[in-house]
Amino acid sequence: MAAHLKKRVYEEFSKVVQIPHEEAPAKKLRLSKPSKSAALHIDLCKATNSTDALQYLLQFARKPVEAESVEGVVRILLEHYYKETDNSVRLKIASLLGLLSKTQGFSPDCIVDDAINTLSNEKSHQVLAQLLDTLLVIGTQLPESPAVRQRLIEMACKHLSDTYFGVRIKCLQLLGCLGMVDSPLNKDSRGTGNIDRLRDVQSIISDYFGDQDPRVRTAAIKAMLQLHERGMKIHQIIYDQACRLLSDDYEQVRSAAVQMVWVLSQLYPESIVPIPSSNEEIRLVDDAFGKISHMVSDGSWMVRVQAAKTLGSMLQVSPHFLEQTLDKKLMSDLRRKRTAHERAKELFTSGEFSSGRKWADDAPKEKLDTNTVNLIASGACGAFVHGLEDEMFEVRIAAVEALCKLARSSPSFAEKCLDFLVDMFNDEIEEVRLQSIHVLREISMHITLREDQLDTVLAVLEDSSRDIREALHELLCYTNVSTKECIQLALLELLKNLNKYPTDRNSVWKCLKFVGSRHPTLVLPLVSELLSTHPYFDTPEPDMDDPAYIAVLVLVFNAAKSCPTMPALFSDHTFRHYAYLRDSLSHLVPPLRLPGRKQVYGLDSVDSGSGSGSVESAQLFLQQSLNRVSTIQNLEAPGAQDLLDFTIRDLQRLGELQTELAGAADFCATYLRCQLLLMKVGSVCFICRDLKLQIYGFKVKIVVFYLCLVSSGSAGEAILEETYKLEFLYSGLENRHVATIHHVRLQAKALQLVLSARTRQGSAHTPHTHTHLYTHSISLLFLTELPHLQDSFVDKLLELMPRLSSCKPVELVKILQTTLRQSGLLQLKLPEQIHRATATIIEPTGESDNPLRFTSGLVVALDIDATLEHVQDPQNSVKVQVLYPDGQSHVIHPKPGDFRKPGPDRHRLITQVYLSHTAWTGQDGARASTASRHLRPPSREPFRFSKPVKVYIMPKPARR
Amino acid sequence: MPEIKVTPLGAGQDVGRSCILVSIGGKNIMLDCGMHMGYNDDRRFPDFSYITQNGRLTDFLDCVIISHFHLDHCGALPYMSEMVGYDGPIYMTHPTKAICPILLEDFRKITVDKKGETNFFTSQMIKDCMKKVIPLNLHQTVQVDDELEIKAYYAGHVLGAAMVHIKVGSESVVYTGDYNMTPDRHLGAAWIDKCRPDILISESTYATTIRDSKRCRERDFLKKVHETIERGGKVLIPVFALGRAQELCILLETFWERMNLKAPIYFSTGLTEKANHYYKLFITWTNQKIRKTFVQRNMFEFKHIKAFDRSYADNPGPMVVFATPGMLHAGQSLQIFKKWAGNEKNMVIMPGYCVQGTIGHKILNGQRKLEMEGRATLDVKLQVEYMSFSAHADAKGIMQLIRMAEPRNMVLVHGEAVKMEFLKGKIEQEFSIDCYMPANGETITVTTNPSVPVDISLNLLKREMALGGPLPDPKKPRTMHGTLIMKENSLKLVSSEQALKELGLNEHQLRFTCRVQLQDPHSDPDTLHRIYTHLKSVLKGYTIQHLPDGTVMVESIVIKVSSSAEDTNTKVLLLSWSYQDEDLGSFLSTLLKKGLPSGLC
Repeated sequence: MAAHLKKRVYEEFSKVVQIPHEEAPAKKLRLSKPSKSAALHIDLCKATNSTDALQYLLQFARKPVEAESVEGVVRILLEHYYKETDNSVRLKIASLLGLLSKTQGFSPDCIVDDAINTLSNEKSHQVLAQLLDTLLVIGTQLPESPAVRQRLIEMACKHLSDTYFGVRIKCLQLLGCLGMVDSPLNKDSRGTGNIDRLRDVQSIISDYFGDQDPRVRTAAIKAMLQLHERGMKIHQIIYDQACRLLSDDYEQVRSAAVQMVWVLSQLYPESIVPIPSSNEEIRLVDDAFGKISHMVSDGSWMVRVQAAKTLGSMLQVSPHFLEQTLDKKLMSDLRRKRTAHERAKELFTSGEFSSGRKWADDAPKEKLDTNTVNLIASGACGAFVHGLEDEMFEVRIAAVEALCKLARSSPSFAEKCLDFLVDMFNDEIEEVRLQSIHVLREISMHITLREDQLDTVLAVLEDSSRDIREALHELLCYTNVSTKECIQLALLELLKNLNKYPTDRNSVWKCLKFVGSRHPTLVLPLVSELLSTHPYFDTPEPDMDDPAYIAVLVLVFNAAKSCPTMPALFSDHTFRHYAYLRDSLSHLVPPLRLPGRKQVYGLDSVDSGSGSGSVESAQLFLQQSLNRVSTIQNLEAPGAQDLLDFTIRDLQRLGELQTELAGAADFCATYLRCQLLLMKVGSVCFICRDLKLQIYGFKVKIVVFYLCLVSSGSAGEAILEETYKLEFLYSGLENRHVATIHHVRLQAKALQLVLSARTRQGSAHTPHTHTHLYTHSISLLFLTELPHLQDSFVDKLLELMPRLSSCKPVELVKILQTTLRQSGLLQLKLPEQIHRATATIIEPTGESDNPLRFTSGLVVALDIDATLEHVQDPQNSVKVQVLYPDGQSHVIHPKPGDFRKPGPDRHRLITQVYLSHTAWTGQDGARASTASRHLRPPSREPFRFSKPVKVYIMPKPARR
Repeated sequence: MPEIKVTPLGAGQDVGRSCILVSIGGKNIMLDCGMHMGYNDDRRFPDFSYITQNGRLTDFLDCVIISHFHLDHCGALPYMSEMVGYDGPIYMTHPTKAICPILLEDFRKITVDKKGETNFFTSQMIKDCMKKVIPLNLHQTVQVDDELEIKAYYAGHVLGAAMVHIKVGSESVVYTGDYNMTPDRHLGAAWIDKCRPDILISESTYATTIRDSKRCRERDFLKKVHETIERGGKVLIPVFALGRAQELCILLETFWERMNLKAPIYFSTGLTEKANHYYKLFITWTNQKIRKTFVQRNMFEFKHIKAFDRSYADNPGPMVVFATPGMLHAGQSLQIFKKWAGNEKNMVIMPGYCVQGTIGHKILNGQRKLEMEGRATLDVKLQVEYMSFSAHADAKGIMQLIRMAEPRNMVLVHGEAVKMEFLKGKIEQEFSIDCYMPANGETITVTTNPSVPVDISLNLLKREMALGGPLPDPKKPRTMHGTLIMKENSLKLVSSEQALKELGLNEHQLRFTCRVQLQDPHSDPDTLHRIYTHLKSVLKGYTIQHLPDGTVMVESIVIKVSSSAEDTNTKVLLLSWSYQDEDLGSFLSTLLKKGLPSGLC
């Protein structure tokens, strides 16, 4: 580290030496030559040969040119262009022209003529291509000028017949970027009788679909796509051509053609196209779908990925075609064979359970007519079957995603693709497995799992990868199953999972919670079995600490919530366990209405009485307390402080009780605390001022005054801190909330300003803060339009704005002070969807007493597993902070790939941090915590939003 | 016309002893040199006397190419090169070259040491033979000699399997060997570029089968194994040592890893260890997953799979054992089978096809009582499962390969005749190309239409370009005039003037003359004038001149009129045109033969 720092220092030092060295000639240049163009001119004249000229140009290109001098520079360049004989120099000039015309604030229409002129005299193909590129830049800079556009298009058409591919490509690009399909200008030119121009841009471009050079073909398709992107209407005529390009020899052409066909299929889904070699006709979108499906078995994997992705977005395709993508007619020795999927289904529907496996139950059945077997499947046949079996996992993932998109829009297809997705759970690459589990979750509303399917799904629960298992738990939360056997099966497998991987405890419980609440009627017949109750005999009371028993109870209680007959089946100890769990795992166990058992859990009867209404009542309470607070007009009114104090306390308690409203309650409480602080600090300081005026000579008082200022100064800082927290730690903030927060911050800053002015007596620092505040209020200007800042501090401040900007610091402080005192409490609207960002570190647990041993000075890797809730953009905002016992702290940026998204508003950080330390004696803990740091207030310390976890590390001294 | 001849010495309408002779552009190439599993006599090896009655093959063959290491593709190699005699180059890929001698040695041991055959190749012969092998890399173009070049493509199937593209001049043949179009757990899918060969020689083992998705098969297999293990049963998987065995190993190994299973997996030792070593080495020949992860961990370094010892078979508790051979006809797999057959908790999974007569075949057909040697019978109580894990392309795969390569002709080998018949029909119908299925010893001949490259003089090209449209369109042929000069094995197309100059010849004018009789009562000059006006009206855009010497010139065609001696009303028109104006001249003569329209003045 030290060596590294040293090196850095040296680097910077050497830089310092260099800078004045470089500056000297630059300054000299400016002194003797007034303008940039002139300098360039001189340089170019000095150049004796083309290499020199090229060097000058290269140097020139590195420096920016101001908008006003661009034109002059262009003239100089053009002048040299005409004189220059060397191709490479002309090429460079041409590219410079393009660069210069991009300069902000320069309108390139004045150089269009020149550029076109040069174009007509140019012989070298490369330079021509570059010049056309320049024209392209100019054309895109001047989108509003039809005349320029028309001229450029003419130029492009003229050079389209060039023999060099580069020129043709540039021309096509130009046409794609500027051409109009039905432009009126084309009609004008009809008058001139030029046959070429009668044809519109589209047909000109489509002529080059058959060019001999694959690069030009690609460029032609891309140009056409460009036209489409610019909103031009592409005609259907080119569909046939595009389809033919699908079988091109070159992959980039095929890839572009896939896009082209897709675009056309989206534009004209319903038009009818004939099927060649028969006289039937089908919809264009179906035809295109079939053709793109064919590309899923292309030779190049890039094309396959492209095709698979594209298929996913063709939602208008008819179900008949869609279902064909999963169809692959099997045969064996020319006899029709049923797929394993079909067999499984049959087995299931026949009511026979698959205990006795028969050999050759896949024996081929009926004999196939050789003529009807279509080997090269026309159309969409089996596209996804191929895609899902592809060699490259990129293709497989694309296929899975496409399946997902299609299945979401078509329930019947979802039903069909289920088997295939389940098969993907067995893929060799974990990413694919994970993706297919997620996909299944997304389409789970359309499907009900059969027992045999559930069986295959559940087999994955034994997977050793935690991600997979948790994804599967998530999936089970959303799955519908059909029979009570399924529930039993799922429970059994989940318990097995729990047994094998005890760390999955929370996830399994949560999963069972949803399974229970989703299928109450299916759980009902199982209850006595699950709780092992017996009609006559008392069974031993199960161990309450057994996670498996808790899992069963979670399932049963959640089912019982919507099944009132169930509690009758419970035995005594079950009720006791319910009371215990309701208290200890309240997020998993719902409130139940239990007849005649009120005395056991009188506490619960309150909210269980209203059921879902409890949330509403809590919300009502929140609203009422906010309303109550808003009645405070004057902050200095007696009792206002107490009211705030109580409200804050209430809100905090509410947040603890009602998890749904925790975010909102917390937010309000923090806001009110800010206000309270503001009020307190403000009043203390104003009182002091009064004191000072009154008893000026008393030294003691002054001392008190200073003391109080110091404390209030830090209070201002504390308010600022709180406002930043308010702004960044909560998700789902509406604009008005943000505005309110900004407002509080402004107040806090004003307060700080006032206080600092007071402390320093003089005003050495105030101008700085003054401007700061001023700019801040400016930045708030747009917010003042919002009605919810009426009659607030800002409002008043803005009224005084003209005075503020011109007055002296002392005066400013005075104004601020009075406005601060006068401004009332800004009412906070009830935040609806606010959640506080939280993080929980699951691993390391901090419970381990075994220190991590490593040789001092070397590193040790520590696995960190944390869940983040309601964090926006965690890849950028979340860091891990490690605090060492000696007070050192490290902030580690996890890689973006370390974040997974298991559900909405939820992220999972699984990463490794490297710890290192020099030797110390005795063991001590390093603390790791997740911290979030936002870019907005860069100077601030990161907010910590998880409890720190202590990990013991023990560096051993290195042996020499 | 040039021809390509294909003669299968083995594998023609048959599976086994693949050996195909190809004559292309004057070169003779032998593709594969395998043995037949089904025979123990002379029919075991291809009949090399077809090539030459006596003496060595070196003079008749330019090279031998081996597609992969299975014995039915390379088993006869030492016999051919050392006993019949061949000293030319033998090409195979690196993994094939590494693994092939192990298998050959094993084969030799069984035949000589166990069966006691004499007159068989020796270990030394295998070594000598392997010395003649030149290794190939994928997509590397190897020049066998000045004209013959070969290029290998990835074929899946087994480690190191390759398809070869053989090219002489512009004629080419692709031989697939065995290939697989669906990737599996350790190999990728076969791939070839759009090389448009004259002939594609493809295997057709599964010509009439379209297989279920491999995922179903895999899942089923794993489920069966998993369930048996959970019940505490033992699983026996009889395999042949190489190829599918590794596939199943990988499958089980990853499954064990994923599911955190603890039951032991054993692999009966033998060649496997040596071969596994090579599997570890040739990572580039495996599929995407193994290639990408081998840096962290080589998939072939099995964690859960251990070597099997005979005593382990009696150990209590669940286990999975891979044992050779694959059809339960002898050896270790049979021994273990006998031990385990009595317990219904156990399971045997047959991963491949079983030949009639083997125990594998019997139990697959549901026989529950087996007669063993002696008079003992064996009750089969264990579960018998069949799982096809064959790595050949199915009918759809074959069609897919044809679509990829776009050949002009197809030749099917390595399959059963009846099945080929079906596929042949399909190919002809779908692609409308000729498809052949020669029997052993039958030669098929395909005439090719090779394009002959010709140098063209730049002047001529520019001149012709100037005549035509703006751009040369490669899709449309265009006729042009020129002179083809063949000189010292090179062809050159030049303009006729230049050709004359180069060859030092004088230009000869070739003129056609023609007499046309015409009934016309007018005098000769009048007739001529009438012809002039007639032509003027018909041929617009041509220069037509009425010359004072009594002729009409149309471009360079001269027309004269003279009355015939007998009848003054019958006029004889003399037409004369040069060779270059042949088109116009013949048009004029037919036009004038029709006579002049009467309305002319």
